[in-house]
Amino acid sequence: MDDDRVFKALADATRRHLLDRLFERDGRTLTELESELEMTRFGVMKHLRVLEEAGLVVTRRSGREKLHFLNPVPIRLIHDRWIDKYTERYVSALADLKTDLEESA
Amino acid sequence: MTTMTEVQTTQLYQVFIKASPEAIWDAITKPEFTTRYFYGSAVDTTGEPGTPWRGWTADRSQQLVDGELVEWDRPRRLQHTWRALYDEDTALEPYSRVTWEIEPQDGGYSKLTVVHDQLEESPKTAENVAGGWMYVLSGLKTLLETGEPLASG
Repeated sequence: MDDDRVFKALADATRRHLLDRLFERDGRTLTELESELEMTRFGVMKHLRVLEEAGLVVTRRSGREKLHFLNPVPIRLIHDRWIDKYTERYVSALADLKTDLEESA
Repeated sequence: MTTMTEVQTTQLYQVFIKASPEAIWDAITKPEFTTRYFYGSAVDTTGEPGTPWRGWTADRSQQLVDGELVEWDRPRRLQHTWRALYDEDTALEPYSRVTWEIEPQDGGYSKLTVVHDQLEESPKTAENVAGGWMYVLSGLKTLLETGEPLASG
C-alpha cells in the first residue's frame, strides 16, 4: 500500500538478510531466525516489525507458534509500477534508434 | 549449508487492494474477470463445496487447472484444491490446496491473502506457482483499481 515503507524496509542489510533467510525456508519462528543472526532477540524483533509494516513479512499463528512468512508481492508491485515503466521506455528508445539507423543507412 | 532452496510447502502472498471484499470475491470466482488477469484462464465453479474447481483456456478448449471447491464463504474465505494441468510435470503431482482470505480495511481497502499449502509432495508445483501468484495478484490489484489489466507480463 505504501512504496516508501517497502523501500525503507529494503534499505537495510540485516532486513534484506532476514528476507533471504525466509526465502530459503519460509514459515519460521522468531527463535529460528534469531539463531542465525548475531543480534539480540529485541533487535531481530525490531527489524521484523519494519518488514511487517511494509507488508514484506506476514505472521500467522500455527498452534502456539507465530510463524513468519516472506510476502514477495510488494516487491512485485514495485517492479510492475517502476521497473517495467522505465525499461519499456529504454527498450522503445533502442527500437527507435534501430529504426532511425536502418532508415538512414 | 546447501545452495538448493528448500521446497516451500506453504507459500503466502498478501496484497492490499482498493476495492470491496465483494468486488474481490467476484474477481476471483467469475470467468469474465479471471480471463483478464489469471493468465487468460476462465475459472469454472458452481459455488457449491464438493463440486469441481476448474480453470480453462479462454475458449474453453483446454483444461488448465483441476481441483475441488472446499469452502465458499462469500466474501471472506474461499478454499479449493489445486492441480496444474498446463505443465506435464505438475499434472503428475498430487493435489495441493489454495486458500483465499479477504479482510476489509480502512479507507476502502481490502486485504487479500492467498495461502498455497499442502505442497509437501508437489515440489514441481511449488516451484511453478511461486512466481505465478505474484503476477496474478499484481494483475488482480491493477484490474480492480484501474479497470484495466496489467500492460505486460
